[in-house]
Amino acid sequence: MAMTATQKIIAAHCKKQSVSPGEVVMVNVDKAMGNDITAPVAVRTVAAKGDKVDNPDNVIFVLDHFVPNKDIKSAEQCKCIREFAQRQGISHVYDVGQMGIEHALLPEKGLVRPSEIILGADSHTCTYGALGAFSTGVGSTDLAVAIMSGKGWLRVPEAIKINLTGKPGKYVSGKDLILTLIGITGVDGANYKSLEFFGDGIDALSMDDRFTVANMAIECGAKNAFFPVDGKAEEYLHSAGVADFTVTVPDADAEYVRTIDIDLSKLQPTVAFPHLPSNVHTFDEGFDIPIDQVVIGSCTNGRLGDLAVAAEILKGKKAADGVRVIIIPATQKIYLDALKLGYLETFINAGCAVSTPTCGPCLGGHMGILADGERAVTTTNRNFVGRMGHPGSEVYLASPAVAAASAITGRLTDPRTI
Amino acid sequence: MTVKGKVFKYGDNVDTDVIIPARYLNASSPEHLKQHCMEDLDATFKDRVCDGDIIVAGNNFGCGSSREHAPLAIKASGIKLVIAKSFARIFYRNSLNTGLYITENAAIADETRDGDILEADLTQGIIKNLTLGTSYVIPRQSEFVQKLIENGGLVALSEKGLL
Repeated sequence: MAMTATQKIIAAHCKKQSVSPGEVVMVNVDKAMGNDITAPVAVRTVAAKGDKVDNPDNVIFVLDHFVPNKDIKSAEQCKCIREFAQRQGISHVYDVGQMGIEHALLPEKGLVRPSEIILGADSHTCTYGALGAFSTGVGSTDLAVAIMSGKGWLRVPEAIKINLTGKPGKYVSGKDLILTLIGITGVDGANYKSLEFFGDGIDALSMDDRFTVANMAIECGAKNAFFPVDGKAEEYLHSAGVADFTVTVPDADAEYVRTIDIDLSKLQPTVAFPHLPSNVHTFDEGFDIPIDQVVIGSCTNGRLGDLAVAAEILKGKKAADGVRVIIIPATQKIYLDALKLGYLETFINAGCAVSTPTCGPCLGGHMGILADGERAVTTTNRNFVGRMGHPGSEVYLASPAVAAASAITGRLTDPRTI
Repeated sequence: MTVKGKVFKYGDNVDTDVIIPARYLNASSPEHLKQHCMEDLDATFKDRVCDGDIIVAGNNFGCGSSREHAPLAIKASGIKLVIAKSFARIFYRNSLNTGLYITENAAIADETRDGDILEADLTQGIIKNLTLGTSYVIPRQSEFVQKLIENGGLVALSEKGLL
């Protein structure tokens, strides 16, 4: 039976010739990942059930959400992970100083290989599909069982084909593509399904753009995203120290339940208004929305390419009076590269705060919580009620270019007008 | 298993950020989580909810983050059953993995009103709305899901070597 790329990877991990959509299979998990919110729940389960780890080398803990710890309770959560990791000989523990936001960090560290199955107790684990892996978000109990047994259950997904053509224009990025796509499907339009990307438009997307797109697949409900491994992906993998890997290609006659065609040249800077990522708008509608805060960072848009665009727009400019601008490089490496390239100096001269890597404000954790009635333009991934703080605050999701342009004017701004 | 309780009715896209806001994820005990369950959507939920009550909602219930704290908070509040038109996929698996009974049913989601009393016989697959006098048959779950529920969740299944 013809299979999608996702179905082929799943079949290979349960030692079957083929799998069919809807079937539930047990797969061997290549990597199991948890963070400082989800791992403590898993670790306590493992400890209560004999404290056995199937393979310590396949377990990854990234302490990134409330880190550097914002309060005593968060500190206790991290301590419990550190103690467990030490007891079990788990070496992939990324703590303050080495820590980065998990979905930027794992690819950078060479911990993602094409055709692997990676289960992460974080919904944005779908990011690694940008490198041709099958990766999906699960919960703490799934993580616990993967740690104990090296296994996980998956319902084999149907797939949606996303056909990309053309090249994006100036200041149009992966963020605008994924927001446009979520606008088309709605927030549950891909529930339980894979998003598999095709077409020569992929060539025009940088790896950072592809990570952004795959990252937000969950925001239309998708189980995973899948990009083919091309020359750009191979180059990225080699630079991350990943040498030999298997590439999965979908069968030519694989079945897709829906095809969505997107011409990248027609995309515009796109913003998701409160309170759903599917509530997308473009600047030709002519809105005027004053803002209080800008955040550039997160697992969605905290990579070097994102900071480069923000620095280009902010160079020699100042953040508008009364607008707080917080810039968070996603990993230590990105932070250092941005320093060497002069981006951090540009940001600081523009009146922005630059933070050590953390998920922080994206989920309303710390480092930039909004008060009642405040409004933020952010490069993060969710704008639900109360996501970044007070339930009466508002989050507008956009690209780094839109966020940087808005920082200068103090209003939601089309970067092409700056 | 039989459940009887009053309904808390919600709309579409109830996300995990309103089920349990991230600002409370610095701890995970049931006592801690139930103090803040549904806080940003329904501030009085925690004071009104009783053991055995039922949530009925629209499409895509539980969308957003992978936090298992969401079904754990709902369970800790005393809710025994969540019925929705559809569930977001991570919430769906987290609920089954941790033993929170959930089921998809569009007719119940459309017809049930806030405060109605439902009685559910989950073994027989029959749910009655005692306030409206209506009755619904819920289809049997898939073989794997049934096995998960009968064994009390994923950890138990793993311990029994059934994975």
